[in-house]
Amino acid sequence: MMQFSSKLIEEAVAQIAKLPGIGKKTALRLALHLLKQDEPFTQTLAEALLRLRREIQYCQVCHHISDAPTCSICQNSQRDRSLLCVVESSQDVLAIESTAQYKGIYHVLGGIISPIEGISPADIQIDSLLSRFPSPEIKEVIFALSATMEGDTTTFYITKKLKPFEVKVSTIARGIPIGSELEYADEITLGRSIIGRTEYE
Amino acid sequence: MALLELSVVQFKNYAESRFQFDSGINCIVGDNGSGKTNLLDAIYYLAMTKSAFQAVDQQNIRQSDDFFRLEGVFEHEAQPFKIYCALQTGQKKIFKVENKPVERLSEHIGRVPLVLVKPDDSYQLNEGSEQRRAFFDHVMSQISQPYLNSLLRYNHALKQRNQLLKQFAEKHWVDHDLLTVYDQVLLTEGHSIAQARSEFMQTFEPVFVQFYRNIADKQEPISLTYASHFADPEFATAFKAARPKDLAMARTTQGIHKDDFGFALQGLPLKKFGSQGQQKSFAIALKLAQFEVLRQAKGEKPLLLLDDIFDKLDDKRIAKLMEMMASGTFGQVWMTDARPERSHKLLKKVTASKRFFYIRQGACEQVEQG
Repeated sequence: MMQFSSKLIEEAVAQIAKLPGIGKKTALRLALHLLKQDEPFTQTLAEALLRLRREIQYCQVCHHISDAPTCSICQNSQRDRSLLCVVESSQDVLAIESTAQYKGIYHVLGGIISPIEGISPADIQIDSLLSRFPSPEIKEVIFALSATMEGDTTTFYITKKLKPFEVKVSTIARGIPIGSELEYADEITLGRSIIGRTEYE
Repeated sequence: MALLELSVVQFKNYAESRFQFDSGINCIVGDNGSGKTNLLDAIYYLAMTKSAFQAVDQQNIRQSDDFFRLEGVFEHEAQPFKIYCALQTGQKKIFKVENKPVERLSEHIGRVPLVLVKPDDSYQLNEGSEQRRAFFDHVMSQISQPYLNSLLRYNHALKQRNQLLKQFAEKHWVDHDLLTVYDQVLLTEGHSIAQARSEFMQTFEPVFVQFYRNIADKQEPISLTYASHFADPEFATAFKAARPKDLAMARTTQGIHKDDFGFALQGLPLKKFGSQGQQKSFAIALKLAQFEVLRQAKGEKPLLLLDDIFDKLDDKRIAKLMEMMASGTFGQVWMTDARPERSHKLLKKVTASKRFFYIRQGACEQVEQG
């Protein structure tokens, strides 16, 4: 246990260290850094965090983090509304957005099905996804979930639920990362890439 | 495959020890509780990524310490390579081969083929169907990565499905679609596992029968049987029909986790009708058959660890084993014994090079080339 000369430091360190990826030492470094800066610096930071927590909303349509009741992606008239991409978290939306390859809209589940961890279909945004159907606009649902058994389970389950709506369903491809050597690919990934090979154009 | 050097740090009762092994027979001698078996377990650990005796990983760390580290220099086709393993309290296990981290521990299984013969084998293999499945899974996983992967996926899906059944039982409500999703995984993986098990038995049984006859020195008609729900071509239907029962019992009642491997002597179950001696011969023949099929599959002799066999086997069976050893059936061998003079005497006829390690309180006191 680290010994601090100040109760105030101790409290701040304990709070900062609760953040993911931050241990006691890093927390102390951050706390001391704040003390070195002028007071308004901390003031601005704290206010930004408070506003973030108080004012952030989740889009009522897709559940992505948003400043308004409907997020900027759902509002954007330039987006292709025939494509709907289903992801686990807002972080995944940001990852796909940064590829600049996708112009459709999203649905954020907020988790994936795992009975062991007590997450059932009712705990994530599946009902609200199904309530978007039947839809005059959405032609294809693309699943972009983790390549784990839980991700697959969630995909299968929702696909089953989408059957009555006769919408096209696809999942992102699984395979060899770009720029990597074939011999270093693990057998499961390589095996799936062979099975799911694509026609060469 | 050979293990040339081993460094054991804060593992079980070892503080810090280094061993240089003989490529022939390594005899680990010392009093009871000195750490002979722990040394075998360290070797087992580097090959199988876990202890053969202690299911709780953290408890392999020496008391009063907060980590253990094992390092082995192995040799494969005259090429030395290093396996490193470290575990710190409250952290994830680190496994490295040639300084490269092993991403999935399951990928490591089979790299170092190894067979461990332990005193309670006979009891365990005759006791429950779970132990028998565990034995065959252990052997097959060392030979086939796809088998191990299927097994891991199956077990994971089974755990999820059972948890789901439990939740449904508590909530008095059922989501049939979600169950169906897990059913699909269980049926697909279960099918390939059952097929692999049944094919494996075809190669394993004749090898086993030969070893049994040699060890027991008798021509008794013995057989291994394999029973699986999947033997029924209509199993998928039966599995689906069992759902109401699964819901009532809150667990999955059908599948390869209910498979059984039967051991029979003259057509009668070994557990009920076999003598103590027959059961022991059976267990050791299973392990030797494991050695042989691994050797055939890998094209090299597995490491053989014999834990405390002199105390548990009678003279006749020991003599048979020593004959095999003398005839060069095995490659590199480790054997533990509390009585050094007995080991010396028994190994006299074995011409392979031998090294004796005298263990006391988790440290090697003396090494003797014999």
